Amino acid sequence: MEQSKKPKKTSLLRRFRHNKPALFAGIVLIIILTMILFAPIFTNFGPAKSDLANRLTGPTTEASMAVGVTQPHFLGTDQLGRDIYTRLLYGGRVSLNVGFTVATIGGVIGVVLGMLAGYFGGWTDMIIMRMVDVWASSPTLLIALTFVMILGPGQKNLIFALLINSWTLFCRMARSQVLIIRSSAMVESGHAIGASTNRILYKHIMPNIISPMVTTYILELAHFINAEANLSFLGFGVQPPDTSWGLMIGEGRKYLTQAPWIVIFPGLMIATTVLCLNLIGNWIRDEFDPLAVKL
Amino acid sequence: MIDERAKKTLLSVRGLKKYFPIGGGLVTKAKSFVHAVDGVTLDVMAGETLGLVGESGCGKTTIGRLVLKLLPKTEGEIFFQGEDIYQYSKEQEKNFRTKAQLIFQDSFSSFDSRDTIGKIIGEPLLVHGIASGSELQDRVSQLLLDVGLKPDLYNEYPHTLAAGQKQCIGIARSIALNPDFIVCDEPISALDVSVRAMVLNLLKDLQSSKNLTYMFISHDIRVVRWLSSHIAVMYVGKLCEYAETEEMFAHRLHPYTEALLSAVPIEDPRKRNIKREILLGEVPSPVDPPPGCRFAARCKLANERCFKEDPVLEERKPGHWVACWENFHGESEIS
Repeated sequence: MEQSKKPKKTSLLRRFRHNKPALFAGIVLIIILTMILFAPIFTNFGPAKSDLANRLTGPTTEASMAVGVTQPHFLGTDQLGRDIYTRLLYGGRVSLNVGFTVATIGGVIGVVLGMLAGYFGGWTDMIIMRMVDVWASSPTLLIALTFVMILGPGQKNLIFALLINSWTLFCRMARSQVLIIRSSAMVESGHAIGASTNRILYKHIMPNIISPMVTTYILELAHFINAEANLSFLGFGVQPPDTSWGLMIGEGRKYLTQAPWIVIFPGLMIATTVLCLNLIGNWIRDEFDPLAVKL
Repeated sequence: MIDERAKKTLLSVRGLKKYFPIGGGLVTKAKSFVHAVDGVTLDVMAGETLGLVGESGCGKTTIGRLVLKLLPKTEGEIFFQGEDIYQYSKEQEKNFRTKAQLIFQDSFSSFDSRDTIGKIIGEPLLVHGIASGSELQDRVSQLLLDVGLKPDLYNEYPHTLAAGQKQCIGIARSIALNPDFIVCDEPISALDVSVRAMVLNLLKDLQSSKNLTYMFISHDIRVVRWLSSHIAVMYVGKLCEYAETEEMFAHRLHPYTEALLSAVPIEDPRKRNIKREILLGEVPSPVDPPPGCRFAARCKLANERCFKEDPVLEERKPGHWVACWENFHGESEIS
């Protein structure tokens, strides 16, 4: 078994290595994730720690005068003297947490519903897909905004609000994939040997639709990191003194002319993360879709 | 002993119909129907092979799927070992799935491409809780030997094999549960001529060693003749003629059977001048067909009655059934 699997794996890794943008994106993402997850190792400041003597200072390599801290404000400070670099790391936790949670839960719900709709067809399909149509016909952000207004701001409510719409794309994708496989000889063969519907759905159909789902997942992850930033920017996400990349931009907006670094760096982080996720998502799509045109 | 077994009916189909709707949805009704199978009645004797022949699109495959309960029927009854398979309880249905199996035209497309050969063949045993672990591995190795493959293919993937070997994997999967009845849906049509004989011999050997009953679906009447004890000829959803193989070849009572037989190429070049029955015209559409014999438009014997009334399948000789208004006897020198 190992003998037959090995060449496949190495060649996949090699193909990954040869796709320069995807490789670059992967490395950058790993660095960002590691720094965010192990934030306390990478900075000596606390995220809410004010260094009032150094408010609105630009990026510098000179160590700050704050008591007991020997680390310079690499990326400058904000209007309260908080270290931008530190806040980027801690704020990233919120951004990625929201993104991952929404995409994961939405993905699971959407894929399961989409598979049921595609496999059973008829009324099941009709009810599920009309629900998708209704939800997907209204803009994600507007719905999320409405729900956050009703529920009140905060990270949990933000996740909930985004979840309302996040499953629809997964549902559509899973359904269309299952529709293709449902009529295949593979499924018929499963019925012929007496395999249960569950077995056919989860042991045969699901593994065969997983790669387009992974692509969708990664692209949706980027989408929801963006959505969180947008909502936080408007003040409906996490509340100060906690922060996220979107909120940092929102708070720094007023100081854009005097201290542009407050806005520039979180903006760069969002752009970089989303770009990297998109590059990897595109690579996976091309790699696993035999019909995709290779450039 | 053999005579006793032959008399036992394993599968009997009575007035089976399957209409596929065209268009229509949950709310709107379908405007027209494809009459894929339109009132078929036949029996399959235990331990024998029924060859089901007809041109493509005549409903052979649909019958194969219906008798395995892989499609919902429209009308009619199917009895397996005396019981109506559409009246089965859940328990009975599970039992039925171990007794009746299917061999695909293209077995490879019926495999989950992520599974190893061992997994593919062992799945039926696993699903029915018959074997697991090392016992499963032993059973699968034995099955691989049974179909003439090496047991060390266990961890290989089927795409590495040749077409004939893939078909053998499919056969191994379908005999894993020691079934009584197997529907062979054109099992050799997708294969090279060079490996057809190998697969056919395998099927014949398995039949005698495992006491299997086959429904052998094919458009190649020569193959059917070689393998089958009985032959049923179909034309656009209906049965034309049904008899024992040699009886059928000796006395063709339906003009369509005659045409089908005389279309078989003859190897001997000296016999090339033999008089052949060549059909003109097109196969009629099975969508909402008009009343009357389906074959009438292409039949040289057709009279007014043939276009108005459906011929009834009747037993013209003992064991020889035919659906034709005319008293036809095949005369061309084919054997």
